[in-house]
Amino acid sequence: MHSFGYRANAVLAFSVTILALICGIASFSDNFNSPSPDAQVRVLNINWFRKKPDGNDEVSLTLNISANLESLFTWNTKQVFVFLAAEYKTPKNALNQVSLWDGIIPSKEKAKIRIHTTNKYRFIDQGSNLRGKDFNLTLHWHVMPKTGKMLRDNLVMSGFRLPEAYR
Amino acid sequence: MSKDPIRAGEIVVFNVDGREIPIVHRVIKVHERQDTGEVDVLTKGDNNFGDDRLLYAHGQLWLQRHHIMGRAVGFLPYVGWVTIIMTEKPIIKYILIGALGLLVITSKE
Repeated sequence: MHSFGYRANAVLAFSVTILALICGIASFSDNFNSPSPDAQVRVLNINWFRKKPDGNDEVSLTLNISANLESLFTWNTKQVFVFLAAEYKTPKNALNQVSLWDGIIPSKEKAKIRIHTTNKYRFIDQGSNLRGKDFNLTLHWHVMPKTGKMLRDNLVMSGFRLPEAYR
Repeated sequence: MSKDPIRAGEIVVFNVDGREIPIVHRVIKVHERQDTGEVDVLTKGDNNFGDDRLLYAHGQLWLQRHHIMGRAVGFLPYVGWVTIIMTEKPIIKYILIGALGLLVITSKE
């Protein structure tokens, strides 16, 4: 009962339990943070818009994304992954989500973003439904903790529309 | 894995046909069918340059629901190292099981 082996085992089990408890408390403390991010996205230009040889539509956009994500950071935050997705419906697909841009924010100091870019990932439809298509641009953020539960949320910005004709 | 629909931004665990190690990457594109609810999904590692099409099977462009085994909801630091060490140096696995067995045999009562 008092051998080295038993004592070592007891210490090990206890320390692992305490570490798990600390992780749980750290993750729980994130609940006290009420984030209030704000964001704005503008489509500055439709660079080109065509039907590819395989029959699917593709469009290239220049975007301006500005956001203040400082309130997402807590002491338990490792980084925030943020991405902008175009979301729309077509007759065949109830939902299409296409990520146009993403970035990693490593710290609160870098959390005020102003991005001016063409879409990082290709905006390609399954089919040829994009002419005159109304779509939302949704900014998603994923708060990745140093330990514990991850938090995902988003901000939907609607009112965008693709041109009626290819260009 | 819950029956919730797969949405962009979620981190999913999937197996590519023919590869044994599952991949844990983020969904960046979703196309969900109106009638059947079936879904085409494209994934990408956050810090990778390109999407995962290079990792999928030859000719495969999308993942479907049956490829996906689960999704990541949280993060526990360093816990994965136990599995990695035991896979890469199997001798440690045998030593651990041997030591546990020894403890069971030699403990009285």
